[in-house]
Amino acid sequence: MSVKSGNIFLAGVGGQGTLLASELLSEAFLLAGHDVKNSEVHGMAQRGGAVTTHIRFGPKVYSPLIEPGCADLLVAFEKMEALRFVHYLAPGGVVVANTQEIQPPSVLRGLELYPGDIEERLRAAAGRLFLVDALSAALALKEVRAVNVVMVAAASHFLPLPAQAYEDALKLRLPAKILDVNVAAFRAGRELLSPTGGAA
Amino acid sequence: MSVPSKEGLVLLSGNEAIARGAFEAGVKVASAYPGTPSTEILENFARYEGVYAEWAPNEKVSVEVAIGASMAGVRALSTMKHVGVNVAADPIFTASYTGVRGGLVIVAADDPEMHSSQNEQDSRHYAVAAKIPMLEPSDSAEAREYTLLAYELSERFDTPFFLRSTTRIAHAKGAVRLEAPVVPPVEPGIVRDAAKWVMLPVHARWRHGLVEQRTLALVEYAETSGINRVEPGDRSLGIITGGVSYQYVKEAFPAASVLKLGMAWPMPEKMIRDFAAGVDRLVVVEELDPHIETHVKALGLKTHGKDLIPICGELDPRIVREGITGEKAPAHSPERVPNRPPNLCPGCPHRGLFFVLNKLKAIVSGDIGCYTLAALPPLSAMDLCVCMGASVSAAHGMEKALGKGAHGQVVAVIGDSTFLHSGITGLIDIVYNRGKSTVIILDNGITAMTGAQENPSTGKTLQGQPTHRIDFVALCRAIGVEHVYPVNPHDMEATEVVLRREMAREAPSVVITQALCALLPEHRRAERPVYEVSTAACVGCKACSKLGCPAIEWVAYTPEEAAAAGKKSAQKGVTRINPLLCDGCGQCPPLCKFNAILEKKR
Repeated sequence: MSVKSGNIFLAGVGGQGTLLASELLSEAFLLAGHDVKNSEVHGMAQRGGAVTTHIRFGPKVYSPLIEPGCADLLVAFEKMEALRFVHYLAPGGVVVANTQEIQPPSVLRGLELYPGDIEERLRAAAGRLFLVDALSAALALKEVRAVNVVMVAAASHFLPLPAQAYEDALKLRLPAKILDVNVAAFRAGRELLSPTGGAA
Repeated sequence: MSVPSKEGLVLLSGNEAIARGAFEAGVKVASAYPGTPSTEILENFARYEGVYAEWAPNEKVSVEVAIGASMAGVRALSTMKHVGVNVAADPIFTASYTGVRGGLVIVAADDPEMHSSQNEQDSRHYAVAAKIPMLEPSDSAEAREYTLLAYELSERFDTPFFLRSTTRIAHAKGAVRLEAPVVPPVEPGIVRDAAKWVMLPVHARWRHGLVEQRTLALVEYAETSGINRVEPGDRSLGIITGGVSYQYVKEAFPAASVLKLGMAWPMPEKMIRDFAAGVDRLVVVEELDPHIETHVKALGLKTHGKDLIPICGELDPRIVREGITGEKAPAHSPERVPNRPPNLCPGCPHRGLFFVLNKLKAIVSGDIGCYTLAALPPLSAMDLCVCMGASVSAAHGMEKALGKGAHGQVVAVIGDSTFLHSGITGLIDIVYNRGKSTVIILDNGITAMTGAQENPSTGKTLQGQPTHRIDFVALCRAIGVEHVYPVNPHDMEATEVVLRREMAREAPSVVITQALCALLPEHRRAERPVYEVSTAACVGCKACSKLGCPAIEWVAYTPEEAAAAGKKSAQKGVTRINPLLCDGCGQCPPLCKFNAILEKKR
């Protein structure tokens, strides 16, 4: 992704807070003076199903949707969801994936196995892969719902905005009573990986 | 809502932008029935100062409320999803004849790709059929702008206006510039005018003539006003498009000549002819049906359209590019991973009911709501789902078709809000026509599927104000159902006893499952247990897995792992309860014959 434009693809499981994550990212880009569009799906898709959000920023954005093979950054809130949508990644693109595993219905019922080779397959498909344990970071703050902000923070290393822009967006979008834990989650998420090396 | 950036722009979804546009237009009365992807329009509009907003029991009522408000001289809004327009079609077609006093806008939100819908109908047909003009924004900024414009035009041309949105408008966000609200030019008050408002045949014949004249005036507006615009470019390719498809066209063919139709109906004939004459190859790019294409062809013009662009599903820039160039882009094929379809939530009360219905091998006439997911395995307990309210009447139809052959087997299942939307009339039909069906009302205290909206059975208004709460037992008795029994669906044993008895009964009966939606804050706040599986006691029989609960996970064993765990080597695995997901509903412990599911000690 350049400093001027880029495509960010968020993937997760309904209930993981991908919508708030996309709000925060989009808001941060708008506050920084970019044109920005995002697209998400509500309703049936949220009931524990696979959910995605497309975010695009640049001088002028037309389509709210990212084409397969065109995402500069894939942020996956659940490990298998990274693999499900890795074909959206552009050549040389970055994947930041949560190591958390949530079993889909067929695995819950023992009809299929949760894939054991996700990391290898992601590494083969992605330019750069960063796996982070966002669930443990959120649980350390005693707020499992903060997984989304931890993931935004980890991914923010690869976006052309200063960390302060996201904290500003958090302050604008979140009610006061949950702001502190989310600011702490953001800081914890930033520490989870180093963009020049691997996951910290 | 978003906070303005340095440039005074805020980030709004299409739905938030329509709500903002209605507020800026000075709308005073808004009514809707929730439906994806339209729901957030009213939720956001209701937050503005000095407006009235309500959830109506259904879309027909919502449009009629808006008609009354318009007649009373205030600007009015009615919003619905595409299938809601079918329910509201009756008042809509005649409101076309009466016209308006205060501006009247009806938002139809289509769902190409059926992200959360039972069909993929194209609401633009309604504009043609009802002779009501339709504006179609292509992003959030236009959603706000066109909403404002629709009110001005509604009063100027004395007509209701449609505003058409689609999922990628409604639930896409973009930068929007806000302005202060205007004061509408019409004075509130009733101006008696029977010839305009009372659609006796003698009045309606006169009004129909006016409607036809109005359409001609609107065509003139479409030609000259700038709502439709030509973006000149390379003359070798000319594309006619509108709505979100315009964005895909600009992305895929930035150099092409484009005729962007901001008004989906009526269409600018001269503009289309001139545009077609100026390009070598003409293509219409539109989602769903060939609405523009049919009109262009009716002008005798040669154009491409659905021969290149799919009629099913939503578009994106790649589909548009490949359709027009005929060249396939490099394949980006998805990796093979287990599917992740949506599922009922952990702790969902519907799961208990459908587990029992599966056990009873009932023929289940289903309806629209979260519980439609019970059609999927492992619950697999729904045999029909057509539209809001159809469960009740279709169950009656099955019973009348099969007589004794169906008795004791068929039940209707319908949510609280859906029953009030259009299930009541079906129940009246059963009682009136001496039917014997069993109707199950799933009362979870909220309209859940669309994201927790209040309804007439929750005791709260859209704004959360206390109001009368419909009593389902009293309502069903008043209709004439003598046998009405509330049950707790988490208690599956008791639910089974009641269902067996009522399904066998030679009279109509209603069973009401009463347990809160697991996502409601009042449920989340309540003290609840968490369960765990004793790995030592679990034999891997999967009896609990048959609930399909997202919290009950499967840990597969190899023969070596089974032996190491002290199990028979043939045991394929054990279940495990994810403590982060367990809601403590208590449905699973009684299913375990080995008492392996225990309340977790704190």
